[in-house]
Amino acid sequence: MKLPAMKLPTGKAPLNQLKKLWRMDSYKKDEWISRLFLWPSLIGVAIFFVLPFIVICYYSLINNPNQHDFVFLDNFIQLIHNSAFRTAAYNTARFSAVAVPLAVILALGLAVILECRIPLKSQFRTFFLSPMMVPVASIVLIWQVLFNYNGAINDFLAIFGVEKIDWFKSQYDQVAVILLFLWKNLGYNMILFMAALSNIPRDLLEMADIEGADPWFKFVHIKLHFLSPTILFVTILSLINSFKVFREIYLLTGDYPYEGVYLLQHFMNNAFASLDYQRLSAAAVLMAIAMVIIIAILFFIEDRFGKDVEG
Amino acid sequence: MIKKRYLSRGMLTLIAAIFALAFLMPTVLTITNSFMSQTELSANYGAIFSSLNDSSSYVSERVNLKFIPDEVTFSQYFTVLLQSPDYLLKFWNSVILVVPIVVLQVGIAALAAYSFFRYQGKFRTFVFFFYVILMLMPYQVMLVPNYLVAKWTGLLDSRWSIILPGCFAPFSVFLLTKFMKRIPVALIEAAKLDGASEWRIFTKVCLPQCRSALYSIAILVFIDYWNMVEQPLVLLSDTSKYPLSVYLSTINAGEVGLAFAVATIYMIPSLLLFLHGEEYLVEGITHSGSVKG
Repeated sequence: MKLPAMKLPTGKAPLNQLKKLWRMDSYKKDEWISRLFLWPSLIGVAIFFVLPFIVICYYSLINNPNQHDFVFLDNFIQLIHNSAFRTAAYNTARFSAVAVPLAVILALGLAVILECRIPLKSQFRTFFLSPMMVPVASIVLIWQVLFNYNGAINDFLAIFGVEKIDWFKSQYDQVAVILLFLWKNLGYNMILFMAALSNIPRDLLEMADIEGADPWFKFVHIKLHFLSPTILFVTILSLINSFKVFREIYLLTGDYPYEGVYLLQHFMNNAFASLDYQRLSAAAVLMAIAMVIIIAILFFIEDRFGKDVEG
Repeated sequence: MIKKRYLSRGMLTLIAAIFALAFLMPTVLTITNSFMSQTELSANYGAIFSSLNDSSSYVSERVNLKFIPDEVTFSQYFTVLLQSPDYLLKFWNSVILVVPIVVLQVGIAALAAYSFFRYQGKFRTFVFFFYVILMLMPYQVMLVPNYLVAKWTGLLDSRWSIILPGCFAPFSVFLLTKFMKRIPVALIEAAKLDGASEWRIFTKVCLPQCRSALYSIAILVFIDYWNMVEQPLVLLSDTSKYPLSVYLSTINAGEVGLAFAVATIYMIPSLLLFLHGEEYLVEGITHSGSVKG
């Protein structure tokens, strides 16, 4: 096949281009310049997140970084059959399944209470928000005091005749961590709900009052409906934060946690330590895919539920 | 009817008060305990911190949770600030990791958000959507790319391996873009008619307009990184570079009093930011409230 002869740029062409740019009307030039503003961020994101992630996708499909043989899904299959990974994934899922709904419901409850015109509203808001600003590392000591076998919580429960519970080494191992998670995150979620509650059109609620709707009906059919975008967002946010709970667990229990709180991050840390790139890559890709699917499902649900509400 | 309303409001206040108590207690306890003498602390918590180190045997000693110290002492603070440079060094480690991240992340994000704000189009929509997806990724996913880049560039085990990725986190781009949307377009147009360049509009019109937004985002970014644990564990192998957030967990039984004092010192910057900028913080959180661009 004969290619059409290409016109080589003459020496003048680039210069002309530059002149053209120079003579470009100011509107276009400005547009061009403010596009430039995006580049520092875009380049950084590309270098530190996107390009390496593409490499990770590649790593997850080959046998090892030296041979570069394609093994397709072998790494993933191995990963899924790995018992440590299973424990970690199960524990993470178990934690999120309990902590996320609690974080959403309790935060909504607190927001509703604060919106009921109770006295000292702004003080309460400050109190609820304050844990967010306390570094976890600072609070870990107290948590150990509270949840120790000889700790304050057990003493308190003993008043009601409850047997001493070994909070970190029994079936209750996630309780302390879930409470710490809620302590830290409820304030943030509550603020989001408070903002959403105050955005509900007043006339709609007044209309419902005139029609004689009881508070419960108002809550379910009007407020929840308007809140649904926020509920979606708070759920996603809490989910992401629930993956971050490794922090709290590491600070509470150190490098070798009890089995019930062995989470995906622990698994990843071990893989980092042994430089097992295939396993790391496969785990990261798998998590990214799982996250995208979960978010897509949440969006889908919200779309069905709050169709006519503008987010 | 009215009586009933008062009753229910009273109940709600009571519930709120109980929650508030539970929310405040850990912070308050940490602060008050930092003023207790080591002997008093050992008397109160001795059982716990000895069983932390040797988990096989339980000491049956009871634990007293005490809010108010018998005798207020500053000796812990004295030791931390003047006699044991280790803790101060770790505090300094935290500062030199977090401050550059906050400044650079907010700066880069302001530029990017301005670009998103000024020009619409398919490319913009795509990139913005991509940033949102990236923002929603769990930390574990992003840590592997960070590790690889650090390894390739030889930055592993240096502070830059944490600072550089931190500068480009998409969260503040997302939030600032949403804030900038509220700037009246007429303002920009007017500046343009007066012949201001894009850079001038950005620095003289746009940034002053979103000063409170910049502050609130800075607070949010600060608290996130002030708390960091995962990054140093994976990216730094030299423990002398660890920030205080990681180092605090390595206390031992003999130093409980010190640990409380250090923990309190560690909260001070973020608590001060909170007390000073609570309104901005609330505004910042409020605007993060929806993922739809």
